[in-house]
Amino acid sequence: MGCCDEHNRSEALRRAIAQAGNGLPAIEPGMPAPAGTGLDRRAFLSRSLGLALAVYGGSAFVPRALEEGIESAMAAAGNGRVLVSVFLDGGADSLSMLFPAEDARYRKLRPRLALSPTPESTQFTEDPRLWWHPTLAPLAALHAEGKLTVLPGIGYTDANQSHFTSRHYWEVGATDHSLATGWLGRYLDRYGRNDNPLQGLSLDWSLQPALATKLKPVASVDGPDRFDFWTRGVWGSVENRMLAAMGGLGRLRSRGDAGLEQATRAARQSHLLYRQLAPFRGRQNGSGFGSPVAYPPGDSSFPRRLAGLAAMLAAGLPLRCVALTAPGAYDTHDNQPRALEEGLQLTAASLFAFQRDLEARGLADRVLTLVWSEFGRRPEENGSSGTDHGAAGMAFVLGTRASGRMVGELPDLSRLDRHGNLRPTSDFRSLYRTLIEGWLGGDAGAVLPKAKSFRTIPVLR
Amino acid sequence: MPSVPVYRGRFGAPEAERLLWRAGFGPRKGEARKLAALGLDGAVNLLTRPPRERLTGPKPRDSKGRGLAPADAWGHDHLWWLDRMVRTNRPLAERMTLVWHDWFATSNTGVGSQGLMLHQNRMFRRHAFGNFRNLLHAVTADPAMLLWLSGVYNTKDSPNENYARELMELFTLGEGNGYTERDVREHARALTGFRSEWKRGKGHVNFRFDASRHDAGTKTIFKKRGRYGWRASCDLCLRHPLHARFFVEKLWSYFVPTPPSASTRAGLEAIYKKGFQVRPVLEAILKHPALYTGPRMVKPPVVFTAGLLRALDRGIDTNAWVWLGEGAGQRLFYPPSVAGWDDERWLDTATYRARWAIANEALSHVTVARSKKGKAPKVPREAAKLVESAYRTLGNPSVRPQSRRAIAGFAKRALSDARSDWQKEEYPLLVLNATRQLIALSPDYQAA
Repeated sequence: MGCCDEHNRSEALRRAIAQAGNGLPAIEPGMPAPAGTGLDRRAFLSRSLGLALAVYGGSAFVPRALEEGIESAMAAAGNGRVLVSVFLDGGADSLSMLFPAEDARYRKLRPRLALSPTPESTQFTEDPRLWWHPTLAPLAALHAEGKLTVLPGIGYTDANQSHFTSRHYWEVGATDHSLATGWLGRYLDRYGRNDNPLQGLSLDWSLQPALATKLKPVASVDGPDRFDFWTRGVWGSVENRMLAAMGGLGRLRSRGDAGLEQATRAARQSHLLYRQLAPFRGRQNGSGFGSPVAYPPGDSSFPRRLAGLAAMLAAGLPLRCVALTAPGAYDTHDNQPRALEEGLQLTAASLFAFQRDLEARGLADRVLTLVWSEFGRRPEENGSSGTDHGAAGMAFVLGTRASGRMVGELPDLSRLDRHGNLRPTSDFRSLYRTLIEGWLGGDAGAVLPKAKSFRTIPVLR
Repeated sequence: MPSVPVYRGRFGAPEAERLLWRAGFGPRKGEARKLAALGLDGAVNLLTRPPRERLTGPKPRDSKGRGLAPADAWGHDHLWWLDRMVRTNRPLAERMTLVWHDWFATSNTGVGSQGLMLHQNRMFRRHAFGNFRNLLHAVTADPAMLLWLSGVYNTKDSPNENYARELMELFTLGEGNGYTERDVREHARALTGFRSEWKRGKGHVNFRFDASRHDAGTKTIFKKRGRYGWRASCDLCLRHPLHARFFVEKLWSYFVPTPPSASTRAGLEAIYKKGFQVRPVLEAILKHPALYTGPRMVKPPVVFTAGLLRALDRGIDTNAWVWLGEGAGQRLFYPPSVAGWDDERWLDTATYRARWAIANEALSHVTVARSKKGKAPKVPREAAKLVESAYRTLGNPSVRPQSRRAIAGFAKRALSDARSDWQKEEYPLLVLNATRQLIALSPDYQAA
């Protein structure tokens, strides 16, 4: 990745400035002057916006940070591709997302819950027996544009029916209880950098387990404009010094003391991330960034986080793997129709806006979004207008570089497994292997246990 | 019989301070020195055999100044327990209650009643130092647990394995450790018979054992046959040859971050096997050299929060602790799953930031700033004295020399940025606030 020759550097600057249209931070009193850069403050900030630079580190620090920032951002970005993982928590019902309306077995298994097409319903073009859930019209539109790969029967043999365990399997990328690092975390441990927490970004209140690393830094933020360290009775240059000192405490040695090291690392990574996200703070009203498209309104964090993600990418921040949880409660043991509708509606509308946002910003070819759930639900409904834990379920891969095809068919409702669940027609480890080799770039064998025993599948263009 | 080594090194204020963080919620001002004066035996004795409960300090209030309604008002459950952690004179009893809450992790997301969660909490507190057998029996018949792990749905006609599985996997043996799927099913049969009624407006009431729902047939558990009931099911787990090891290793892990040596473990097992008493095992762990000479442990978020409030002598007076606790990864009565909180992963960039906000809130009562009339409070002008004053605010916690140097360096540089007269007046206030914040967020204060 030794990519930082003079040409690339100026190219990076040019690109960053070109993309810095949105989210330029306000200039605050007390912000250090960009000494020695030969730029006025606003020009400097517009560059730093694109390059994830420190502007709070103290003036003497800035010129070196400028250089480091460019190199760090470029090297960390690697091939510039980003994978976004969106988790549907609870085990989403695949047989409602794409439903086989005319299948007599479907209607027999789901006497109360079977869905029927309406005049507004969209048929699934690749398999006319299937219809999209009414709330998934935005995804149907993206599929029609060839930007959505559909995996209607993804899972693994002998699926574990505990949320806890099955989700863990998906997160670590293996049916292994004891693995403590996530599959994306291990990718970053192998191919990531030592100084870039943004390479593994969890848009959440705490780290998404799929991103858990052993060696390399990763980060967790609620939103890029919300990572501040406001402190009562501290401001201006004292505040800048204080935050630099936080980073200083994060660089002290901990001599093999694991507890001390965890606390030290948290201070170090928080400080790095704080510097990286500097361009997103300080707006007077609303969020610290703008969006070229409208996201679903309301107070849900999901559209806000996706909008922030697009803005971060537009600003050139060195993101590689991103993980977040979709809105909705998918563990629909009872009252399934309404619960499912609420969650899917907002999820699909937000993903649609995100895709359009990326397209408007010219970033669409760099970003691929994976939507998954820990399992599907049992084809036979239960007695309380709901469904119980199942096995094979649904996944989507969204983006201009997705193959846009169906991979694996809808599992056969006449050939359920011994627990009455859907048999998988694709394996999540095949999907992961394909995404590592074909998208992120790297040797899947170095990341996934027994990677070679899972064949790649045509989810990418 | 194998014996458990006892710490023989110096037991001064720093050692007492560590003991108070591990076995409680940190020292009040001057408390570490007082505890150190008792010597190791006296100090451990005071923790494991505390006097009658006394809650000292201002009574808890919510943000509107009202008293707490822990069984009813949103978030007041968290505030109620946090208050006890702050004001108690029996810190280890509260800490053990927290240990049991994590060991038998029950979340109100599945129970849906703060009242039943508090009922369980009081049960845990009664068993803080008691007998693990009695505790396990009480947990098995506890209403919140019966709802959380489906005990009330476990009947002879449709057995539910939820509690049976966790009884072995998480509570007594460890995953896959000496039991089979058949044992899970047979335990589930033995545990059948609990029930409750659901009353509109009241929720689940009248929890009881109903013999007509119990499967009275013969079960085969751990290769033994018998007409086992729920107490026998618990006792079979406790008498399982692998239970004692599981118990002492798990209890140890709450107080010492590195696993015990084989001989220490064997010694602790021998103590425990005499009758499932928790206190003597606890005393051996708290006197073990590994606690004083080994690596540090990251403080759980509520321990960090309660400790700051103890050091600052501040009571509960805001609802902010509820969402701040949630942000830092620990909302009491809402553990993330039946496996409890993950003690290896308290800190990431988001939870570190939440801890920053916790310290900021805790320190808000002592923030120095000009009054509305423009009068500045008196604070030292020179860096060394300012820093000393900041340490004093927090009860002079132990901080390593290199961290002290980093913090002192900050204060010196920040003060030297002051050029104009007004800055020279103003900056000492800012620096004092910032220094306190940095001490509370230093790795040294985060891990004890």
